[in-house]
Amino acid sequence: MRALNKPGKADNGGALMPLVYLGACSHAPGITARAERADTQTRQALEKALRKMGDDIRATKPDALIVVAAEHFANFFMNNMPAFAIGMADSYEGPIEDEAFLRIKRTRVPGNKALSRRIVEGVMQTVDVAYAEEWKFDHGISVPLHFLTPDYDLPIIPANINCQGPPLTPLKRAWAFGEALRTAADAVSERIAMVCTGGISHWPATPDSGKINEKWDRDFLERWARNDREALLSYTDADTYRDAGQGGFEIRTFVAAAGAGKGAKGTIEFCEPVPIFAVSCTVARMAV
Amino acid sequence: MSLYQVQKLIYQLNRDPRARERYAAERDAVLAEYDLTEEEKGALTQPDIGLLYVLGVNGQLLMHFAALHKIEWLDYLERMRQGLKTHGQVREGVYASTGYEGVEAHDARLKQARESR
Repeated sequence: MRALNKPGKADNGGALMPLVYLGACSHAPGITARAERADTQTRQALEKALRKMGDDIRATKPDALIVVAAEHFANFFMNNMPAFAIGMADSYEGPIEDEAFLRIKRTRVPGNKALSRRIVEGVMQTVDVAYAEEWKFDHGISVPLHFLTPDYDLPIIPANINCQGPPLTPLKRAWAFGEALRTAADAVSERIAMVCTGGISHWPATPDSGKINEKWDRDFLERWARNDREALLSYTDADTYRDAGQGGFEIRTFVAAAGAGKGAKGTIEFCEPVPIFAVSCTVARMAV
Repeated sequence: MSLYQVQKLIYQLNRDPRARERYAAERDAVLAEYDLTEEEKGALTQPDIGLLYVLGVNGQLLMHFAALHKIEWLDYLERMRQGLKTHGQVREGVYASTGYEGVEAHDARLKQARESR
């Protein structure tokens, strides 16, 4: 029997390898679905920033990429909604969205079941996480991957925080999930990169789609960049709903990234409001 | 009210191509498997996107249901606005309207700000 408490006992017997990359970015479906309707300069700068993020990830020579998303009812529904989930399969399929709508071709994305299992076992030591041997990606993962790993040549480990169906995962637990993912990633011999994806203030898919509270976004990202745990966890859901819309609940993924940062500081590499994409499009990196 | 049932049907359609094929071929049989009111059935079959929004269907489900019916993005947003006018405020779920100016006016305002930087 394998030693469940020792996820670091990697199958390849290598030395433990700390997390090699940590970042956060937007995943708004409009980025691909409505690309040409945005201000051209802003869109090109955003796409460049996302591609640079992909280059930066590749430069760390990762064996796998954990994508912490705020999925939108592709796998998890109110019949059995986990606060946290991690995928545990050798491949995944996505996006579920209509290809003509999202303009991303449906494809099979590689995973790594054995590595996922060790990550899950590591996370479980401190956070009760659901695992899923089936997982269909939606825009929350497929839009970032379209730019970060366009050849789908890097094994993905999808993870999810319930940001959609109340009662939502509390912010302090999202932080704990980020910490647990970091501890688990640091305790395997593989080189793990991690990207958390979500919106900041937005009112997606509603009549208010396009509304953006830029001031709130910049203040949130400032808290994120200085990795201020207390300031990041101080939002109530009522405050967030009032100031940042129901889409603002997705700050949980950014909070998880900060938790995974172990106190390191972040850099906001790109942040511009794009109404037709319904969000302040953001690319950010945290030191590891 | 059975918002949960309406959303569950849309969830299945969004994620499962076979569910979509079945819905296209034998819609009434599929609808009969869910506990729906007549108003909900009507909103789904028409489809009345505005009413579905007012009933409280989450936009993350509804936008894909609209795309399934080949409803273009800005038309989708407009149908929800019309729904609010016709059917009143959202009855259930996480939404409330906030009086947003709209994407075009917002874009123009941002462009002006960029140019005056």
